[in-house]
Amino acid sequence: MSTNSGVIPAPRELTTEPRRSDKVFRAVVTSGGLSSLVILGLIAVFLGYRGFEVLRQEGFGFITNSDWSISTDDAGNVIESHFGLAAMLVGTILCSLVAVVIAVPISVLTSVFLNFYCPQWLKNFLVAIIDMMAAFPSILFGIWGFLVLMPSVEYWAKLIHKYFGFIPLFELEPFIVTRSPFVAGVVLAIMIIPIITSVSREIFAQAPLDRIQAAYALGATRWAMIKAVVIPYGRSGVIGGAMLGLGRAMGETVAVFTVLNIVFQVNWHVLLGAGGNVASLIILKFGDASPYEIKALMAAGLILFLLTLVVNAVANFIVKNTGKSGR
Amino acid sequence: MTIIPKPAKPWTSTPSARAKEIALFLGSILLTVIVVQVTAFKGKLAYFFIFFLLYALTTAIFQYSARGMAAAKDALVKAIVVLGAVVTVLPIASIIFTVASKGLPGIRPGLFTNDMSLATSTDPLTNGGLLHAITGTLTLVSISLFLSVPIGILTALYLTEIKGRFTNPIRFLVQAMSGVPSIVAGLFILSAVLYPITKSYSGFMGALALTILMIPTITRTSEEVLLLIPNELREAGVALGGTQWRTVAMIVLPAARSGLVTAMILGVARISGETAPLLLLTGGGDKVNPNPFSGSLGSLPYYIWKSFNAGSPEAITRAWAGLLVLLVVVLILFTLARLLTNQKMKARK
Repeated sequence: MSTNSGVIPAPRELTTEPRRSDKVFRAVVTSGGLSSLVILGLIAVFLGYRGFEVLRQEGFGFITNSDWSISTDDAGNVIESHFGLAAMLVGTILCSLVAVVIAVPISVLTSVFLNFYCPQWLKNFLVAIIDMMAAFPSILFGIWGFLVLMPSVEYWAKLIHKYFGFIPLFELEPFIVTRSPFVAGVVLAIMIIPIITSVSREIFAQAPLDRIQAAYALGATRWAMIKAVVIPYGRSGVIGGAMLGLGRAMGETVAVFTVLNIVFQVNWHVLLGAGGNVASLIILKFGDASPYEIKALMAAGLILFLLTLVVNAVANFIVKNTGKSGR
Repeated sequence: MTIIPKPAKPWTSTPSARAKEIALFLGSILLTVIVVQVTAFKGKLAYFFIFFLLYALTTAIFQYSARGMAAAKDALVKAIVVLGAVVTVLPIASIIFTVASKGLPGIRPGLFTNDMSLATSTDPLTNGGLLHAITGTLTLVSISLFLSVPIGILTALYLTEIKGRFTNPIRFLVQAMSGVPSIVAGLFILSAVLYPITKSYSGFMGALALTILMIPTITRTSEEVLLLIPNELREAGVALGGTQWRTVAMIVLPAARSGLVTAMILGVARISGETAPLLLLTGGGDKVNPNPFSGSLGSLPYYIWKSFNAGSPEAITRAWAGLLVLLVVVLILFTLARLLTNQKMKARK
């Protein structure tokens, strides 16, 4: 074997520098990845820009007053305008809270059933239809809620008033139960049950198996095991799921609009047929709004956007941090 | 001769225990009927809830007498948990049943070949149809798919392949974006595109708003799928001398193909019934409009909304028929997505 001694080839250059094709690839993917940031930023900027005039005129009163009136002269110039979202914001929060209060217990029971009581074939089927229900269009819930559900819910509302009417929240003065926040809350509850169920189902499924088996080995019944292991483990995840549902309920438009009677007056009485909802306000007023009123609607949209953004952010934070720390 | 002991199976229920359970079940049905007949509670719901209450109580008492307090609590909780699951399923069943029973009378051959340009919602059902709505929804969905699939998949690739500095913030923002109310997406397009640039309703505006709603669904599903692709595949690609670009384009993406299709299907299911932004942006015409860039464009949700608000019996039937079509579309899309994922699971095994 001959060696060409003395000629040492120059060491091959080793580099971690990506090639040009990879640089292009990374740049394209990164810019695509940043699109969500851009879109969210643009939403805030444009709604703020369009609504700025109204927000400046109304100031802080935009979220503390509840008048919504505008008068124009014949040429279409604005003479006087009052825009306030207080009634709508209170209504939005009221409807969504009713929805969450109804939906959370049902969802938690359902996810416990799916994880710990249900045979596998039934579980596959139920998970499939509950996931599908989450994709049902909101207009379907709206029309079904209006034509099918509303009569029964009004009956329940009367029962609640009859037996719990002494609680201020359930007061009915005057006695109008149609299209109340309670009805909207029940429809919203049905819409957010699939979301809360799937979040809590996933959290419960992560409950540590060794602790579950330890509980059984100590002779616990199924309920004792769930109380001792699953519920402490999944509690904060369920809270996160509930807030996710709350965020969804706050932004819901068409379903609420079909079943809610919108009145520009702050109303905390759940059963009274006078509610408010920011998203429905936009649909209600958009049709015959003057350009200046449209600006007010844009400002309302901005408030709704920020509200749902905050609720969702907190919810995601809670869900993400669940289960990392054991007990 | 050795005696082989019969294997004991203490976990299976003996015939006598099973007989007692069935007796309890039938007994509570009987009690329910008696209670409903005697007391003031009436109606289907009364039957339903009183039965659950009585069944929970009788099983709890039975278990208490047989095995004590802990078993009684267990039985009670079991009944309550089952009740929760039934309450979740009831509305789904009711929705599907109502839509099918009320929508079917409105389904007739002419429905899929006519539009509403020569008819109003209150006309008899023989006039008009929802051709314009179906073509409109198809147009909207295809444009939104065309726009949102590249963005959604690029974002998912950033989250799984590049894993740069922004991974966590972007994952967070995508979550936040999936919570954007549809009406806000509509208002945004209205303020950012429709008023300053085009100044008129068109299908394209609606598709833009739907794109915003569709991106998060596609991103999150694609991300999950891409995370399932084994890292060995990527390492094999790089070991063969491929650049990252070629590894992703020729190995990772083809391996995830069926999952990405599932992501698109779920995205379409998410937006096909979206109503609020279309009310603001598309104008909702009554005629088949092949041009999404000019003129108002009808769509299924808009058609349903319009018919529902017209209020006459014929119009309500039209709305239910529209809902039935929409529901069938969503059902088909979901079954497709599920079949695709199941196939992939089988192939993996």
